[in-house]
Amino acid sequence: MATIAPVEHGHHVGTDPHGEHHHPELGFWQKYVFSTDHKVIGVQYGVSGLLFLFFGFLLMLVMRWQLANPGLPVPVVGEALKGVFGPTVMTDAGALTASGYNVFGAMHGTIMVFFGIVPLAVAGFGNYVVPLQIGAPDMAFPKLNMASYWCFFTSGVLMMGSFFVPGSAAKSGWTAYPPLAGIADLEGGNIWLNGQTVWLVAMVFNITGSLLGSINFITTIIQLRAPGLTWMRLPFFVWAQFVTAFLLVLAFPPLEAAGFMQLTDRVFGTSFFMPTGLMIGQKVAQSWSGGGSPILWQHLFWFLAHPEVYVLILPAIGIVTEIVANNARKPIHGYKPMVYSLFGLGFLSFIVWAHHMYMTGMGAKVAAFFQITTIMISVPSVILLTSLILSLWGGSIRFNTPMLFATAFLPMFGIGGLTGIPLAFNAVDLFLHDTYYVIGHFHYVVAPGTIFGLFAGVYFWYPKATGRKMNEFLGKVHFWTSLVFINGIFFPMFIQGMAGVHRRWYDGGATYEQLTAPVLHWNQFMTVSAALLAVAQLPFIFNFFTSWKLGQKVGRNPWDATTLDWDTPTPPPHGNFDKPLEVFRGPYEYSVPGHPVDFHPQTQRN
Amino acid sequence: MLNSILKYFPFFTDAEVPHTVAARPDTGLYSAKLGIWLFLASEVMLFGGLFSAYIFLRIGAEPGYWPSGLLNVPVGTANTAILIISSVTVVMAWASLKMRQLAKYKFYMLITILCGAIFLTVKLSYEWPAKFNHFGVFIKKEASTKYEDFLGNKHLEEGGQPPRWEISGHLLDAPKGSAYAEQAVKNAEHFAHETHRHDFVTPAEDDYVIQLDPVNANPSDKDNDRPHFLQRPLSDKIAVIKASDVESASVFAPRHSTYFATYFLITGLHGLHVLGGILVFLYLWLPFKGGTKLYHSNPEHLANRVEIAGLFWHFVDLVWIFVFPIFYLL
Ligand code: HEM
Ligand SMILES: [Cu+2]
Repeated sequence: MATIAPVEHGHHVGTDPHGEHHHPELGFWQKYVFSTDHKVIGVQYGVSGLLFLFFGFLLMLVMRWQLANPGLPVPVVGEALKGVFGPTVMTDAGALTASGYNVFGAMHGTIMVFFGIVPLAVAGFGNYVVPLQIGAPDMAFPKLNMASYWCFFTSGVLMMGSFFVPGSAAKSGWTAYPPLAGIADLEGGNIWLNGQTVWLVAMVFNITGSLLGSINFITTIIQLRAPGLTWMRLPFFVWAQFVTAFLLVLAFPPLEAAGFMQLTDRVFGTSFFMPTGLMIGQKVAQSWSGGGSPILWQHLFWFLAHPEVYVLILPAIGIVTEIVANNARKPIHGYKPMVYSLFGLGFLSFIVWAHHMYMTGMGAKVAAFFQITTIMISVPSVILLTSLILSLWGGSIRFNTPMLFATAFLPMFGIGGLTGIPLAFNAVDLFLHDTYYVIGHFHYVVAPGTIFGLFAGVYFWYPKATGRKMNEFLGKVHFWTSLVFINGIFFPMFIQGMAGVHRRWYDGGATYEQLTAPVLHWNQFMTVSAALLAVAQLPFIFNFFTSWKLGQKVGRNPWDATTLDWDTPTPPPHGNFDKPLEVFRGPYEYSVPGHPVDFHPQTQRN
Repeated sequence: MLNSILKYFPFFTDAEVPHTVAARPDTGLYSAKLGIWLFLASEVMLFGGLFSAYIFLRIGAEPGYWPSGLLNVPVGTANTAILIISSVTVVMAWASLKMRQLAKYKFYMLITILCGAIFLTVKLSYEWPAKFNHFGVFIKKEASTKYEDFLGNKHLEEGGQPPRWEISGHLLDAPKGSAYAEQAVKNAEHFAHETHRHDFVTPAEDDYVIQLDPVNANPSDKDNDRPHFLQRPLSDKIAVIKASDVESASVFAPRHSTYFATYFLITGLHGLHVLGGILVFLYLWLPFKGGTKLYHSNPEHLANRVEIAGLFWHFVDLVWIFVFPIFYLL
């Protein structure tokens, strides 16, 4: 029997336990700040992502208050918010203004997608886990990796700074549709120092960082796999990151191009997206020659933004797969079909984008094409989800905190996915477009879906990164309360949406009471749920920081897992592995009949 | 000193990860080579996005709103040739390194750098400024018959050609208080000096006065139906246009029309790529630790660097091969 004895290591990430690599001693700055070590960068991305997620959520809390209590001052923090965000956003009494609602909404979407989920799911988990899982000492281009993080960091500083420019941050939605986004804040304002322009500049940095990172991921996975780690022996998480990185490399540049175009529309007066005869305040706009097309922006935007939703979900599916296999103590059901489905998803996600644009009147033929591709893309999604559910079947499941989050991911993502199917159809979408039904649909995918997957990942890999487990009891409190309240927020959105309540209404529908009266009361319920969801995060935050020093100490492989990331010292030193590696088997050999223990690590010959 | 600054810029990595120099046997690639191909894939999508914008806007343009023949074809052709030559010399530079001939490498690399520099200089000091000096007004459709002498729409209609709405040339006077008034005064002095003509009417306060391009001077001349390879000089003819008849008026800057917007954005971004390429080549050509100094410790590594920089350069060249016809010729 060949179990690996847990090895205790008291040192921190970045030091070398054996001195066999002869790294020069690094100072604090190079070790923890301007580090090229994939684990440090992973943690930097992860922590930044978590902070942004929390901030984006707080913005939404203020908005939810406003939706349930239009025009009433935000309790407790209203005055402080006025002090921070200024008069464009908050009234003197401390209530959210209409503009303020737009600012917060646009920034909520932007921050959640580009500064929260992607940095945490792709860059954070990807950086930390992928090199470990493939048995690499680091990423293929460590300095480039550092550059990605600092591009991202710059974009974050710019985006946050934009709250403090005259007129406050961007207010044209995370979609930044022209011509509204093209003219926002320009009249009488500074062409450079305004929310939308800074938004565009920040996005260019953000995209650049993502591109560099994705190139690094793909190269690393192709070039640095350990001997014997053939493609079909890769952990599924690595596959998920691989396809995700391809989506980013190919889909992000057109948005970057579109960003440049909107930027020149705003600062140099070009008319890429500004139509002929544009009227602003009853006058024909003189600042643009016209001849541009707002629809062009929508194409370029959604050409990225649809693949982007797979960028938001695939890493989470990868994490969930690892955790499900590990805790069901069973091989993943249909590993290969799942890999092929990933590729199917990746490919199809490039030819469905216009399902976001049915309202533009694209004509029956084009609409039919995009309806068909959209329905096609649900097939691989269903394969992924079904395989995961079947993987649970007959397992002797360990319901620890990571597994609770991972299991809950399945039905939550399921609801998100299934409610999307009606939206694929032009006729139905014309009715549901821009309603809270859509908001409910995609939030089920990204909030109780992706975010639960990410929480699962945090609980799962935290011991690897810190050498200590997070507290199980607090974890379970965090899980059950979050599960209840998050559904309390998002489920009523379907009800409201089908009744016709639109997104981006800053009073929650009060103005249209004759239409919304039957469902208006849900606003209170959802807002209370959101506040309780915030409270439910306290155990997590507390747990996250205290376990760092006080959690239960663990060895190399606390979960009895099979993949290479559990074959390093804990926490892994600079260079990661303390022995030569060779891989002999697939990633999920759990409960193999005849094997003395119920897991069979990839590096064990027999 | 420079080396110590450059060390903070992570363009090239010396980390202890495998396959930085030697190829991985099963993929046959060293990592940077794969990396640059992926980078180029993203660049294809970046320029792809811009080119599709070009197509989308051009197809969607109203008849008569997509000009042709405004750019200097001989100059563009020369620049194309220069870029192609540099693409050849960069391969020679790489091959020289592979044959371990440092002097030859330096020579070919120098030629490459010079070609890039010439290309940029022509673009920035001649082609772009020539456009910023040119002025055009789009005539409102309802007023266009008044300016038939300059537009020639009857003739165009007979020939089955799209109409013309723009009158362009050098601005000699602009409405009072307009952004171009100052430039107009300068041009007018120049005009008087060159042609010894002072006879153009002193316009009313809200007129544009334009010394016409040949097309607008003889718009019904068959000879003007197609653009010419060699650009012809401005005519001596002058047009006076009422500001109230003008839909929009500007120099040939990005704001002038979607045509110029795409032209300047795409050539500008391409120019930035050329600049980036030149900087990288300079780095590899000068005795930096990662430049020619590397030759003495690890010539293969330097050759690899030249190879990936060269791949990038070919891509930049390739983009221009698309830019040239779609803006200069079509
Ligand atoms: C769990 C916490 C969350 C809550 C309570 C929440 C709530 C909301 C609500 C109520 C809206 C609609 C606002 C309106 O249209 O007036 C909204 C919009 C949006 N949310 Fe969230 N959300 C949460 C998490 C997320 C996450 C994790 C993501 C991202 C991946 C996200 C992305 C977006 C986007 C893109 C929009 C559209 C913004 C726009 O209209 O431009 N949200 N959210
Ligand atoms: Cu979509």
